[in-house]
Amino acid sequence: MKKIDRRIFLKGGLAGGAALAATGTAATAKGAGTFNGYPNSMGVLVDLTKCVGCRTCEAACNKEQGLPAPDKPFNDTSVFDEVREGGQKRRTTEKAYTVVNRYDVEGREGGPVYRKFQCNHCQEPACLTSCFVNAYKKTPEGAVIYNPKVCVGCRTCMVACPFYVPAYAYSSATNPVVKKCIMCYDTRLKFGRPPACVEACPQEVMTFGKRTDLIKLGHERIKANPGKYVDHLYGETEVGGTSWMYLSDVPFEKVGFDTTLGNQPIISYVKDFLGMVPVVLTVWPALFTGFHLLANRKEAKKKEEENKG
Amino acid sequence: MGGRTRKVLGVTAMAALLSLAPHAGLAAGGPTTVELGTLSRLFAPVPFDHAKHTGLAGSCAECHHHTLGEAPVDPNCARCHRANQPAKSVACRECHPAERFGAEYLARLAANPQLYHTGKPGLKGAYHQKCLGCHRAMGGPSGCEDCHPMTEKGEAFYHTGKYAPAPHKGGHEE
Repeated sequence: MKKIDRRIFLKGGLAGGAALAATGTAATAKGAGTFNGYPNSMGVLVDLTKCVGCRTCEAACNKEQGLPAPDKPFNDTSVFDEVREGGQKRRTTEKAYTVVNRYDVEGREGGPVYRKFQCNHCQEPACLTSCFVNAYKKTPEGAVIYNPKVCVGCRTCMVACPFYVPAYAYSSATNPVVKKCIMCYDTRLKFGRPPACVEACPQEVMTFGKRTDLIKLGHERIKANPGKYVDHLYGETEVGGTSWMYLSDVPFEKVGFDTTLGNQPIISYVKDFLGMVPVVLTVWPALFTGFHLLANRKEAKKKEEENKG
Repeated sequence: MGGRTRKVLGVTAMAALLSLAPHAGLAAGGPTTVELGTLSRLFAPVPFDHAKHTGLAGSCAECHHHTLGEAPVDPNCARCHRANQPAKSVACRECHPAERFGAEYLARLAANPQLYHTGKPGLKGAYHQKCLGCHRAMGGPSGCEDCHPMTEKGEAFYHTGKYAPAPHKGGHEE
């Protein structure tokens, strides 16, 4: 009799030990997995001080991506006066993967600031993290692309994106999917060519190159022009870093940038929870079965004795 | 690039001047007009009135940097480039690549880690930054078509002119 008891006790002990060990491994597993980006990924450095608001980038994007004709010509600057719901400026839509907005900054010499806006191609994209059908992919070239064939149109990525970039094909009744800039991956980036907007820009507002080189270039440009730029490269560290980065001569929050995002990738906020899921699914059943066996030991024994007697 | 074939009298004249009189002749003004057309596609070539601009700029170095042998205007350039060190060519395209982000040029940048001018603008960027920068600062003409009229290709590209979208119809008025 005693022997069996001991065996059960040992069993319980083993299960507990295994559970502890498993929790230990899981803790290290979720602590790791920080991704610092593909080493040779490309990026774009946008110098806001150079943009003159000609909208050529918008036209180039429209042509390259085969998007529908615009509501107004691309050389029509009246779009800068348009105001959307809640006083918002223009946003990316299913028909326009990039838009330029005008910001009148008080006290700035040289007129308003124009800011081109498109997907920033995060190093650790929140859209990718949030997508439950795994439609998104961060390519080694730096682009965040997506597979519209698997997209179910749930729009979770639109909520997840810290920059409010993905747009939705509301116009499609049969197959509404998410639409956004893919850094011209299919037609240009994967062949080593710059996105269409970069090449089309007359002012060379955008510099295309290896992300690591662009970071150096950005800081060099700040240093070489004392007093001109804000000493910060927006996107170098924001939300874990983005492939598109920005230089500005006015505080970033004055020209539509969210400066409250922090430097943690969005995935970090859910990593702990997601790391727990496999632990819960594998360890908890074993652990609680063990507890159950231990707790019911006396009763089982009693029954056994009763049966005997 | 249809404009690439357009050879320009002004450029030839400038080259001739260069070969004949190193920079004594150029100090007097250089060519009178230069047609800037190597990148012309969406817009027609620019008939650049060189003589007019030499008077306005004050110094050749304002646009030609150190290449004519004048001391550069930018103190950052003056750290290395001094006066009396003219370059082999004064043409913009000799230093500013037309295909700034092409694989060939990017490979050249990557192959030489010692290279200093890694952020040098391409030809289109150099033209527009230099011309428009000055035009805006001095109140000169600054609309796209003030310098170069749009071509038909341009109209198609910008969805304007005869390619303009039909007027907005429907209940939603902006």
